[in-house]
Amino acid sequence: MTRNPQLNKHGELIHLLSIEGLPRAVLHSILDTAGTFLSVNDREVKKVPLLRGKSVFNLFFENSTRTRTTFEIAAKRLSADVINLDIAKSSAAKGESLLDTIANLSAMHADMFVVRHSESGAPYLIAQHCAPHVHVVNAGDGRHAHPTQGLLDMYTIRHYKQDFTQLTVAIVGDIVHSRVARSDINALTTLGVPEIRAVGPKTLVPGDLKEMGVRVCHDMVEGIKGADVIIMLRLQNERMSGAMLPSAGEFFKNYGLTQEKLAHAKPDAIVMHPGPINRGVEIDSSVADGKQSVILPQVTFGIAVRMAVMSTIAGNNA
Amino acid sequence: MKLLIKNGRVVDPASGRDESGDVAIAAGRIVSLGKVNPEFRPTRTIDAGGLIVAPGLVDLAARLREPGHEHEGMLESEMAAAVAGGVTSLVCPPDTDPALDEPGLVEMLKFRARNLNQSHLYPLGALTRGLAGEVLTEMAELTEAGCVGFSQADVALADTMVMQRALQYASTFGYTVWLRPQDAYLGKGVAASGALATRLGLSGVPVIAETIALHTIFELMRVTGARVHLCRLSSAAGIALVRVAKAEGLPVTCDVSVNQLHLTDMDIGYFNAAMRLTPPLRQQRDRDAIRAALADGTVDALVSDHTPVDEDMKTLPFAEAEPGATGLELLLSLALKWGEEQNIGLGKTLAAVTSEPVRALGDALGSLSSSAGRLVEGGVADICLFDEKARWTVEPAALKSQGKHSPFAGYELPGRVKYTLVAGHVAYEAA
Amino acid sequence: MSTLHLNAEALYLDLLSGVRGLLQHDAVLVGIWSGGAWLAERLQHDLKLAGEPGVISSALHRDDFGSKGLASADPTKLPFEIEGKPIVLIDDVLYTGRTTRAVINELFDFGRPASVTLAVLVDRGGRELPIQPAYSAARIALPREHQLRLARDDEGRFSFDIKEGT
Repeated sequence: MTRNPQLNKHGELIHLLSIEGLPRAVLHSILDTAGTFLSVNDREVKKVPLLRGKSVFNLFFENSTRTRTTFEIAAKRLSADVINLDIAKSSAAKGESLLDTIANLSAMHADMFVVRHSESGAPYLIAQHCAPHVHVVNAGDGRHAHPTQGLLDMYTIRHYKQDFTQLTVAIVGDIVHSRVARSDINALTTLGVPEIRAVGPKTLVPGDLKEMGVRVCHDMVEGIKGADVIIMLRLQNERMSGAMLPSAGEFFKNYGLTQEKLAHAKPDAIVMHPGPINRGVEIDSSVADGKQSVILPQVTFGIAVRMAVMSTIAGNNA
Repeated sequence: MKLLIKNGRVVDPASGRDESGDVAIAAGRIVSLGKVNPEFRPTRTIDAGGLIVAPGLVDLAARLREPGHEHEGMLESEMAAAVAGGVTSLVCPPDTDPALDEPGLVEMLKFRARNLNQSHLYPLGALTRGLAGEVLTEMAELTEAGCVGFSQADVALADTMVMQRALQYASTFGYTVWLRPQDAYLGKGVAASGALATRLGLSGVPVIAETIALHTIFELMRVTGARVHLCRLSSAAGIALVRVAKAEGLPVTCDVSVNQLHLTDMDIGYFNAAMRLTPPLRQQRDRDAIRAALADGTVDALVSDHTPVDEDMKTLPFAEAEPGATGLELLLSLALKWGEEQNIGLGKTLAAVTSEPVRALGDALGSLSSSAGRLVEGGVADICLFDEKARWTVEPAALKSQGKHSPFAGYELPGRVKYTLVAGHVAYEAA
Repeated sequence: MSTLHLNAEALYLDLLSGVRGLLQHDAVLVGIWSGGAWLAERLQHDLKLAGEPGVISSALHRDDFGSKGLASADPTKLPFEIEGKPIVLIDDVLYTGRTTRAVINELFDFGRPASVTLAVLVDRGGRELPIQPAYSAARIALPREHQLRLARDDEGRFSFDIKEGT
């Protein structure tokens, strides 16, 4: 089996492609660094020169203004130059191959690619084929991974709950198609969370998910009972057309997070969501805006975590 | 041309022969096997000291990409790859461009292949026009043009009514239908369902995609009486069903690819597109069942499933990459590797790639079936001489095939072909 | 083993009197993580200054990021306004001056101080930038390959860590 492409021969992180295979110490180190950057974001001068003179190219083969914006803010706070490429509208649409696109951008002296792609594994291909000094950050590949989201979710949990090893975490929704869920599960298991529950109907949470180290629950109440953390996932419309769910309404009835259902979790449980939220589909407005919701802090933490990731990998050589 | 092969270890799986001896060849046929008349005056003598003298390999599945890629000289390169791999007869599937659904296309392909004077080519005809699964092809005309069976290649046939009628029609004339047991809808994923596909976020192909298709095929065989050859079994459950069907007496044969014989889904590693294959690589349990089934005869033949894929079509994210791997030059070595690892004797190992594939072809080869895949006096001199003890490292760039993608890149494999004779002439000689 | 014997506790006492002389009436102490921060903590107490000393990290402004990656350090914590204040920076060992340069850049991200003065326990020479301390308790010379750092035990006693080789 080949070496983990994310690590150089000294075991240092040079790309962030997935949380799988990263030791617990590396995750904690990124979270600690994120803490430093969180304090930077509170200063008058919200910029540090770590990536000064470096060019960060946002390659979003799959659209996402939100995620792209947070990466852009993070890169700019590190003093990097940021170039946004809407590949969907440009070269790939004209038939240019993925690798030709990368080669062209490398010729423009890119230092870092932040990549979002609809196919699992695409960032690995890019990391394999770009020049040795270029770093790749996976901003979401197919169903496989969204490691920065996983890290910021862990930062959020650490901020509110401190000790991972005592927690019960419930992830609710379309887990089988979710790269966020996979990254969260990988991070939670690496950080030592003893009880991770995957909650949803069989079409979205099939039994074989237990191979990832989670307890599969098809009953929402059973799934969130006594939970310290509830992570609600976004439900996508494609699930209705793919014969996996009859309607958003029926999903909300069984798996939507309402105040009533929330009462089954611990009284100090926190409610998380990677965003954007579908009010009335996976989560009730009163819960999304309620005192247990930490959805907005997640966004703030997200910028600090992305600054931590980019500065960590940029400082390590291939 | 009169050829004498001296001092080799002559192994013929069909007859059980395994002894040192000589082989005399004249006019493209074997005139003596074992002991040669001292009056025989050869124009060339090959010293086969230290080599195995075996029947040329018979590969039931190798894609040559013609018609469709004439401008790339693919027929030339892939046939050269075949003889370099010791393969003297090969069957190619009909998923060419256009599909082999017209006698004229088949005749042209056979003509081109004959002119290259390398391996014998036995095309499979398309079962339906354009492989579209609607209208039957002219199977009698195609058989006359040289087709040895009819197939949908990897194109799923969802309409059970059409499948039944196709099997009924084929069985009228005794033609064998070659089918991939893969459900049209459940088989759409890109990796085998399981822990690895779940972890990597790749859409899965569950085992039931194969077993449901097998049940359907067997039921249709029972009501139509058709002969079927099942292509590329991939699962333990599928093999179990084949075992039951054979015990029942259904006229079914099957093959597995060298890829499923040796690899599992874990070999996908970090989304390695060389492992993007169809059928997908399954788990260890399935691989073990396949290895045992080839040994006990439940699986009749081992094939290369040779599928050259363009570089551009492999350097893509896993799900978008084109499935397929190069295999003609690895078939012998991968068979020997299996034989070594399972402690199977040389004769039985070679049977999986010589006499057994011929048996699966039934009487489609006509009079040739009496000598194809075997060494017999009077038979066509299709012979492979190889060094069983040699080991080589697979370097895709050095392969003769234009398909440079192999899941076995970097592997050290046993067995090196030294000479390949087709109809008595030396089609390949190692440097 | 080094034959150099430096008594950290004794030198601290010298530093204490030196810093006392540097303090203007509303000056604040800022210790450079980690050794300088320990010193600043004890100085704050011994000088009977109100509040807490600041702790400052050079990590975000270092010039060796490209080769050594992001340094790990406690984040900068300055519990007072920088604007218009006289700052006394405290460090354990002053060597090339690059850490001090990085720390000054970090400081200026928070505001415009009235002045910045540097007081160190040991000045080991080897400056690569035009940085000078207003006070140093000891001046020594060490070979390039030697590393010198302040250590603090569980009882809060200071000593020196000298490592030979990289």
